[in-house]
Amino acid sequence: MRETAGERWGRRIVLTLLALFVLIPLYVMVTSAAKPLQDVQNGFTWWPSRPTLQPFVDMWSTVPLARYLVNSLVVSSIAAVCSVAVAIFAAFAVSRYRFRGRGVFSVTVLSTQMFPGILFLLPLFLIYVNLGNATGIELYASRTGLVITYLTFSLPFSIWMLVGYFDSIPRGLDEAAQVDGAGPLRILFRVILPAAVPGVVAVTVYAFMTAWGEVLFASVMTDEGSRTLAVGLQGYSTQFNVYWNQIMAASLVVSVPVVVGFLALQRYFVAGLTAGAVK
Amino acid sequence: MATSTAAPDADRREPRAGSPARKPARRPHGPRRSLLPYLLLAPAVVLELAVHVIPMVVGVWMSLLELTQFHIRDWSTAPFIGWENYRATLDLNSAAGKELLHSFWVTLAYSVLSVGFAWLLGISAAVVLQRPFRGRAILRALFLTPYALPVYAAVITWSFLLQRDTGLVNHVLVDQLGLLDERPFWLIGDNSFASLLVVSVWRNWPFAFLCLMAGLQNVSGELYEAAAIDGAGFWRRLRSVTLPMLRPVNLVLLLVLFLWTFNDFNTPYVLFGGSAPEQADLISIHIYRSSFKTWDFGSGSAMSVALLLFLLIVSAAYLLITNRRRDDHA
Repeated sequence: MRETAGERWGRRIVLTLLALFVLIPLYVMVTSAAKPLQDVQNGFTWWPSRPTLQPFVDMWSTVPLARYLVNSLVVSSIAAVCSVAVAIFAAFAVSRYRFRGRGVFSVTVLSTQMFPGILFLLPLFLIYVNLGNATGIELYASRTGLVITYLTFSLPFSIWMLVGYFDSIPRGLDEAAQVDGAGPLRILFRVILPAAVPGVVAVTVYAFMTAWGEVLFASVMTDEGSRTLAVGLQGYSTQFNVYWNQIMAASLVVSVPVVVGFLALQRYFVAGLTAGAVK
Repeated sequence: MATSTAAPDADRREPRAGSPARKPARRPHGPRRSLLPYLLLAPAVVLELAVHVIPMVVGVWMSLLELTQFHIRDWSTAPFIGWENYRATLDLNSAAGKELLHSFWVTLAYSVLSVGFAWLLGISAAVVLQRPFRGRAILRALFLTPYALPVYAAVITWSFLLQRDTGLVNHVLVDQLGLLDERPFWLIGDNSFASLLVVSVWRNWPFAFLCLMAGLQNVSGELYEAAAIDGAGFWRRLRSVTLPMLRPVNLVLLLVLFLWTFNDFNTPYVLFGGSAPEQADLISIHIYRSSFKTWDFGSGSAMSVALLLFLLIVSAAYLLITNRRRDDHA
């Protein structure tokens, strides 16, 4: 089927407009990160008057960025690993077993992701604070509390995507292993997981991104010691100065790892969506 | 969910496109009714209970208490006041009720417009990227980038672009193109709604693109060939082949995007630095601010529960209507 000239030009125009829309903020982020402070305090310039890497040095001392970065890294990594571990078992059960409550479980878990975060925020805040007062288990303003909260945020979608992946692995493989005397857990770890590695990796990255980018709970459930990047980056605007060049530098630094991870694995996300949603 | 989720005429052409619920019965590994699946699910269930279900129940309970700042450290002392919080916050004659209603309309307009534009950009990109050409992979990666960025990094960048004196938007509009004489404010006043909308579309359209792209992969090229042989042009193919085949994806995608934008907190919170102007006072921000400004968690919970009920009703109505229409087709 050949493309007509009109279609070709339509395609070029649409793609150019979309690319400009997406690119302009990214361009500003990258170039402004290389501007000296006076460039971002006066009128906007398309190019740094004197390109410099100084913002990438200064950003560490204007706010305790290193601490925020470590907090975000620790919280997001632990939340991602735990979330995927829990999701693997749940997805295995949903994919390979028929049991009472299977449908209810799937629907309930998915629908919690649609509920307003603010609905959980106030009670969870109170529960964490009161639990801390009553038992001494510090969940409020602690990284543990954040880990527990975040890992459930990515759990529903992780389970759903993994079910899609596990479903696509032929059951014949399970049965062959079963004939050889393998139990269910052995089948999961020796047969299914090795075949679903891309899916597991994609889901891990997704869970990490979810925790890395969360703002609402981070803004309430953290104090100065446990603050994550989501809240910490706002510290660059003081009442005297807004260090836009350092904000852009810091934004760039915290974005690059997740963007690279996501783009590298994008085709597995598409495959996961196809497996889970489209069928 | 027993009916088909595939497009009306997909079953004949693509036998694999059936819904998961119609798969033949699965063969369990162990004895039927074994405990194993429940054990496997237990961690997920416990976590969901702890962070989602129990707080939700607690939230409903809180909305019936006079849970003001005096009782927050020890909520067992908060007196039970029944529907009083709902009466106070949903009373449309009171100042608080009027503000909530205003916030509701702002949020509704925001969600409808944001979802509409995000879908439009998503389908445009998915359709024009359907056929292979040089540079396609790069464009696809570029288009997904806004979605992959952490939300705060993306929105902070936008707030820099929208600064009155140092931002790119005014530089282009006022200094370079000379379209406006005065530098407008974008983050306060009447323009703030438009700014919020643009930022939200920028963030969300890649998700629509991703889902629609995944959906298009299931549409076989033969359908297009057949349509082209019948003399169907671009728009005709879009209307008669692409859109009907994407219907199952669209049904889910539009609902999910609507719920996400309706509950959106991050975009306005980061864009406006914690205090949204009234023209862009989305409902999550509204509840958040009134709860933490006055420390009246009782009325905050009442508003959250009302919000949840509204969203449940909308979702149920949406699913009912779309299901009925699907049955009409079948």
